[in-house]
Amino acid sequence: MGDVADIEHVGGERSFRRRLMELGLVPGTRVELKAVAPLGDPLELLVRGASLSIRRGDAALVRVRPGVKLTAPALDPAGRRHLPIAPVRGAP
Amino acid sequence: MTVGESASLVERAAPERADEAPVVVLVGNPNVGKTSVYNQLTGERAHIGNYPGITVEQRSGPLELAGRGSVTIVDLPGAYSLSARSAEEQIALDALLGRAGLPRPALCVVVVDAGQLSRNLYLVLQLVELELPIVVALNMLDEVATNPPNPAALARFLGVPVVATDGRRGAGIDELKRAMAEELDKPPRAHVRVNYPDALVADAERVVSALPAAWRSTPARDRALALWALASIEPGDELREIPDELRARCESVRREAEPRDLDRELIAARYACIDGALEALYPRLERHPPKRASSERVDRLLLHPVFGFAIFLGSMLVLFQALFSWSDPAIKLIERLVTWLSTALVGLLPPGLLRDLLVEGVLGGVGNVIVFLPQILLLSLMIGLLEDSGYMARVAFLMDRVLRTLGLHGRAFVPMLSGFACAVPAIMATRTMERQRDRLLTMLVIPLMTCSARLPVYTLIIATLFPPSRMFGFVPLQGLLMVSMYVFAIVTTLVVALVLGRTAVKGRRVPLVLELPPYRLPSLRLTLRNMVERALVFLKEAGTVILACTIALWALLAFPRTATPVGPEPHGASVAAVHATSADERLASPSVHPTAPEPARSEGRIEQSYGGRLGKAIEPVFAPLGFDWKIDVGIIGAFAAREVFISTLGLVYGVGDADQQDLPLREKLRHETLGGKPRYTPLVGLSLLVFFALSCQCMSTLAVVRRETHSWRWPAFLFTYMTSLAYLASLLVYQGGRFLGFG
Repeated sequence: MGDVADIEHVGGERSFRRRLMELGLVPGTRVELKAVAPLGDPLELLVRGASLSIRRGDAALVRVRPGVKLTAPALDPAGRRHLPIAPVRGAP
Repeated sequence: MTVGESASLVERAAPERADEAPVVVLVGNPNVGKTSVYNQLTGERAHIGNYPGITVEQRSGPLELAGRGSVTIVDLPGAYSLSARSAEEQIALDALLGRAGLPRPALCVVVVDAGQLSRNLYLVLQLVELELPIVVALNMLDEVATNPPNPAALARFLGVPVVATDGRRGAGIDELKRAMAEELDKPPRAHVRVNYPDALVADAERVVSALPAAWRSTPARDRALALWALASIEPGDELREIPDELRARCESVRREAEPRDLDRELIAARYACIDGALEALYPRLERHPPKRASSERVDRLLLHPVFGFAIFLGSMLVLFQALFSWSDPAIKLIERLVTWLSTALVGLLPPGLLRDLLVEGVLGGVGNVIVFLPQILLLSLMIGLLEDSGYMARVAFLMDRVLRTLGLHGRAFVPMLSGFACAVPAIMATRTMERQRDRLLTMLVIPLMTCSARLPVYTLIIATLFPPSRMFGFVPLQGLLMVSMYVFAIVTTLVVALVLGRTAVKGRRVPLVLELPPYRLPSLRLTLRNMVERALVFLKEAGTVILACTIALWALLAFPRTATPVGPEPHGASVAAVHATSADERLASPSVHPTAPEPARSEGRIEQSYGGRLGKAIEPVFAPLGFDWKIDVGIIGAFAAREVFISTLGLVYGVGDADQQDLPLREKLRHETLGGKPRYTPLVGLSLLVFFALSCQCMSTLAVVRRETHSWRWPAFLFTYMTSLAYLASLLVYQGGRFLGFG
């Protein structure tokens, strides 16, 4: 929670990409993961001063710098939440 | 629709509008307080209509501008951008460009949330590029008091007047009116310019030559339209009135530009322009103003995995309780009033057709309509408060995970929950969803919820046809059946939502983007006003349909008339029973439901009526479900409202004023025989329960779906799918049960 990253690329279908970019998630924009809904989905992002909530599957299409993917926290064996922004293997 | 058609539409519309007031449109992102600015501008004289052919509501109202006479303010649906994806954004686009038969606006008032300036300015830039005359209302400045953007600096950046407003308290509205009067019909004078990459500009120029002649004007506006077309037109979009040539040109330009991403170039250039200007707008250098700190603290509690859910469940319990029980005294009062009026009318008028029509048809119908008002008012009050405070968005956030699996929107939760009280206010509450597809799907499954009008029917059937025995020695069978009916309804709703979401209302995949607006203190005045507006729309548009149906149903059971009634005994509305919706009342006290006219004779009379004959005519159709003509007549009568099934059966059996506690009716039902054996077995009861759970026996539901979708197509679909489902399920239960040796 509270992790900050810069958007590098928005993937997915064209209409989806365009909608997210129009809402301000253009490459270079700073996003902060504010919260995860109690049931694990959706996520709450802070973008340009606005709280936007998008679903986990959609968030996975947003790649953030450097070479990290914006994913939701998973529970580790100890039951604690991971850092939500985990490096993507093989990414540049 | 082709371009030719639309052109003729505009031509036809033009002469009518020549002497009408100039149109000022109010435009902005969702959740920026646009509606409160609109209410402040128009005062109490709003008119709610609909855009032709779609479910998007249109609000407009007159405004007197000093020195400029009267203008018409049109409140456009909220839009994040003009590359129209939703029906709402398409309307906003058409209204701004004066297309699709809508008048060209003389001025655009853009309402902008001061707390989310950069995202809001994206839409402003699009409007500026299209050379529309603009006044910016910089709203909600009070929420960013620590680092407020400077209106004068914003005006310098954009080159258009910027007025600081506070839509909730009304501050700045007079200044806004002055600025509007000044800018009306002036040539656009915004001067902000976005620096697009050269390659994108070249692409746009290639599209310009494919623009239809009617769209062309200045080179800058042409280019803006070309950019709009490049970003919006794609195979499978739902944009109307796009000429084929333009479509083809956009496609080829895009293809040749690969691997460049034109959308990204365009959107990034606009945001670069905004980001470049932002620093000059704020007193302190914070690129993006922080989210309101107090909201964050509240969220930490309300979105907490434990406390958040507890508060959520608590508030939903209050909402449901209010709908289910608190509306009760008002409903009872309305029923008493209707009964009193019908008694009075019976005393005043001579017996005869006119009296029956007035009392049973008209008065009963009016009762059928106004009895919904307490719940509609209560639910729209509570939804208004939930929306305005920002909590509704959190409900959606909390519940999205659950509803998503059904293909529903998180915001569908409150309307679906309300469906357990009554489908009519619940369907009206679907308005809380922005996307047309979500709204439609929710509307189509709400009537499957166990609404409170089904309870008396269930009570009668269960208490009459099932023994009060216990299963395994301790589980009461009757209670278990009642609970099963709720579980059955929920499971069916989930399955139907899944199926319909993939078939009948399949929509384009639009990513769910929920905005979590900051918490705000709701304005009671605006909420109350909205509540009254909703109620009036219901009365006017759904009420007339309900009234007409009630009279038609009355006629069905009253004609042909045999003997004129004798004696001054009070008539009640027989079919037109007042639709009481409180379960408590029905389970506890005798119903105020209509008395049957001349009980002794009505058995024969009903049988002779058209309704009775219809019941007999359809007997073969329903026989495989285990129903006889008497039940069929009850089902026909129940179309007025489900619980009317009971009073209609009462009429059929001549037991007069029947309710589900009525012992004579129960005895008669139990003693009905066929070939020496009881006619109504528990299996028939089960089949009937399933039928009532699934069928759409409620004209008010259909009337309100018609009102909300503005077509007969969806209510017809709703009725067909629910009734077919009910028929098949009951058939399966009855025939399956007989096959297994029951009944």
